[in-house]
Amino acid sequence: MGWAAEPKFHILAVVDSIIDRKLIERLLKTSSYQVATVDSGTKALEFLGYIKMAQSTQIHHLLLLIITGFMEVEVNLVITDYCMPGMTGYDLLKKIKESSSLRNMPVVIMSSENITSRITRCLEEGAEIFFLKPVRLSDLSKLRPHMLKTKLKDHNQKQEEKTAFQSPKQQKVQQQEQQQQQQSNNNKRKAIDEGLSHLRRTT
Amino acid sequence: MNFAKNRTVSTVPAAKTGLPVWMMGLVADRLRADANRLLAFLFNQGILDEQFLQLQQLRDESSPNFVSEVVNIHFHESEKLLRNLRSLLMDREFSGYNKMGIHLNQFMGSSSSIGAKRIRNACFAFRAASEQNSRAGCLRALELLEHDYCFLKNKLHELFQIQQQRVLAAGARYPMQN
Repeated sequence: MGWAAEPKFHILAVVDSIIDRKLIERLLKTSSYQVATVDSGTKALEFLGYIKMAQSTQIHHLLLLIITGFMEVEVNLVITDYCMPGMTGYDLLKKIKESSSLRNMPVVIMSSENITSRITRCLEEGAEIFFLKPVRLSDLSKLRPHMLKTKLKDHNQKQEEKTAFQSPKQQKVQQQEQQQQQQSNNNKRKAIDEGLSHLRRTT
Repeated sequence: MNFAKNRTVSTVPAAKTGLPVWMMGLVADRLRADANRLLAFLFNQGILDEQFLQLQQLRDESSPNFVSEVVNIHFHESEKLLRNLRSLLMDREFSGYNKMGIHLNQFMGSSSSIGAKRIRNACFAFRAASEQNSRAGCLRALELLEHDYCFLKNKLHELFQIQQQRVLAAGARYPMQN
């Protein structure tokens, strides 16, 4: 999995009303996110490969692959309705935050009702944002920083896990490679800056 | 307005519309004015709100019929909900205020999502009547709701027809221009 210029974000939308589901899907796609939709909290948990025991991320990914047939096995954010029959959005939020494998997943709640105690409860339980419906396109641009933050955290975590299993020699080699990469990035940046300043001078 | 000067006047009728190409400009303008007038009316009367415009923003080349698709789903759902509400109220052993509340919440939610402001407000009134356990009040509210719904459905169908005609008019025009 390489880093493209624009990282692709995968969002799971949990909405029971068919209209709202269609709407949120369109809103998310228009905002250039990859979208999957389910109509209940239980299906969302299945989709996320929710497992009660602590599991390694490898198995988590494999299950997702089987269930969803996604090539890129990843969900970067869950956006869910609050009011749903059976498992509410709040229940889903709780389950996600209580799960060791899903705890870092950013969760966003949507509701058509502006009830302060509801909003507070969700934010206290760990929801990133609480949207009032109907959700607008402009609202969805707020999702990006939350996903970037988690993606970076996951990436760093994976790096740490990798180095933890490496021998000291391998660690040293990797450190050197990272430094070289950093250096070439700096050089590239410098070259671009110089190129740009040249442009600025001539205009 | 002098059409003949700078354009290639063609008397060959444009496909699908049966009108010569030079008339299509007039037709397109007229259609656009009709659509705008209808939308302005619906907004001024408080029948639609800004959310409807937000929906329009989501149309593009890949989903040109997005709004009409969503609205048609809404109509389908609405008719089911209205039937359920009526049958609940007509039931001689009526006691289903709770169940009505669930239907109403659904109706309110989807109306709000497409910007059907008047319908959403009618649902609020209905919910208030059901919370007061007033069957008569609920019946009145239901009739108002059914009436508002029919009105909206007709107007939106009219709007979509105009939009369809605009698409046809544009499609017929451009291939003919040099």
